[in-house]
Amino acid sequence: MTTQEVTADIAPAGSRRRVLWQEIVRNRWAYVFISPFYVLFAIFGLFPILFSIYLSFQRWNGYEPMEFVALDNYAFLFGVGAKAFWQSIQNGIILFFLYVPIQTLMAIVVAVILNSRRVRFFRGYRTMIYAPRVTSMVAAGMTFRFMLNAKGGLVNVALGMLGLPAVPWLEHVWWAKVSLCLLVIWGWLGQNMIYMLAGLQTIPYELTEAARVDGANSFQAFFYIILPLLRPAIVFAVLLSIIGSFGLFPEVQALTSGTAGPMRSTLTTLIHVYNVAFNNYRFGRAAAMGYVYFAIVFVLSLLQFKYGSGRQVQR
Amino acid sequence: MTLTSRMRVLGSKVILYGLLTLLSAFMILPFVWMLSTSFKPQEEIFARPPIFISRNMNLDGYRYIIGYDEIGKGGVLRALWNTFLVAFSFTTLSVFLCALGGYGFAKYRFPGRNVLFAFLLGTLVIPPAITMVPTYILVLKLGWIDTYWPLIIPGAANAFGIFYMRQYISTIEDELLDAARIDGCSEFSTFWRVIFPICGPGLTTLGLLFFMGSWNAYLYPSIYLKTPAKWTLPLMQTLMTGPPGFTFYRELMGVAVISVVPLLILFLAFQRQFTEGITAGALQGQ
Repeated sequence: MTTQEVTADIAPAGSRRRVLWQEIVRNRWAYVFISPFYVLFAIFGLFPILFSIYLSFQRWNGYEPMEFVALDNYAFLFGVGAKAFWQSIQNGIILFFLYVPIQTLMAIVVAVILNSRRVRFFRGYRTMIYAPRVTSMVAAGMTFRFMLNAKGGLVNVALGMLGLPAVPWLEHVWWAKVSLCLLVIWGWLGQNMIYMLAGLQTIPYELTEAARVDGANSFQAFFYIILPLLRPAIVFAVLLSIIGSFGLFPEVQALTSGTAGPMRSTLTTLIHVYNVAFNNYRFGRAAAMGYVYFAIVFVLSLLQFKYGSGRQVQR
Repeated sequence: MTLTSRMRVLGSKVILYGLLTLLSAFMILPFVWMLSTSFKPQEEIFARPPIFISRNMNLDGYRYIIGYDEIGKGGVLRALWNTFLVAFSFTTLSVFLCALGGYGFAKYRFPGRNVLFAFLLGTLVIPPAITMVPTYILVLKLGWIDTYWPLIIPGAANAFGIFYMRQYISTIEDELLDAARIDGCSEFSTFWRVIFPICGPGLTTLGLLFFMGSWNAYLYPSIYLKTPAKWTLPLMQTLMTGPPGFTFYRELMGVAVISVVPLLILFLAFQRQFTEGITAGALQGQ
């Protein structure tokens, strides 16, 4: 900033502009090379986002002419009729607290174990834990739905053989959420483990070794050295999970179908926006929901970033 | 070593391996059950105790989904071809455009570079919930409903890919480019003949991630593809689930196997590239 101001003071404005123009002309190919992104973003990103603001003030079913309704769509979202929308937000928050702590802890523990290289076949374990990540969540969701079938599903049959009662996995409000969490952890643990492994590789080996020489045991080394230094990786993984919890889509559709479980207990916000737009043809309302949803997720992400990254670590 | 400390080491080993084995079993079980069910005769699907390897294995389930004509002639093979066509086209185009964009950012010092790059990264936070509805309307106006264009074009030059290729191309020596220019290469042929060929490993990693994403995509295909003959494998699976009691689980698992196996093979062959690409995504976030 300061250097620019200094040159601005010294060089006459005209010659500065000429130099800038020369630089632009000299690098014209660079602009051509990067242009596809900006052109596509202008058409399929920026335009839809701006159009969506306009749309959120209209009532429109996609066929008849649009009708200007001012803030009605937003007012509706904060009124009594928008129960499903707020339930989907609530579901997102509950799902987040149900699976994220477990998933993150598991990812850290597995990554630390595999990173220590003291385990035989660690590559084999890593492969098996990561394999679900390349799997279509629709295919996985269908398989879980089949395995969790209340009457003849594999899981309940196995529980029965152990003398345990059958569990209404997909029929009960809370169990449906638990089932969804199982599927999400199954699908995303590998990814989170890779994030943690990447974080662990930035921690110098000498550091934990030095602590051990000083008499720290494995647990102390884990809590006082590895965990604090892993904080950026953890914050990043949790941040993605916040966005993920409200945006689960194929997982829910495959596991509990479009009705999203008993009493909409697995309805996520993305599914709700989808239903309002493409099943109920209320495009204006869906557009308004998109913005309210974005605002909520944005605020939650900021909060997490502020309190999650913390100041406890001295740098 | 005393006996007690030796026992403690042994104990922690048992816990360690027990934990890892249990976790791996949880990860593998759905694959096993999917595969096992798809080969079973109908009456063994809900058998008690469960049958993992059937004595009466047969291909009836697969025969049925290959002849399944509710999605137009060709059944599952048609859906497989559609899925491949979309994933292959998207991957080819986007790998090229991302390499080109990455090259532009890595090897030129042009005015506005930092601002443009920050803007590019900023677009990563826009959630689909905002763009989904208006983009659908745009696609409708373009006459692209029920075609593969909206699955291929909008994301072709994407922020993650350009970011990844910029990192990759930054490590290439500038001397190589200067040599090419002295030899009279134009700016584009410098990219196409010098840079692109030596980016092989980076392009493979990126290409695998793109292919995986497109192959498994569900949200946008479910919005844009209306005619069953155009459907991809994930869409075909949701069609095959009926109301309770009317779901053909064996056939459903057959389609699942067909959609999962190609990617598992790719994953086992290119495991390092997959994890490397994900790691790049993680480091970018930090």
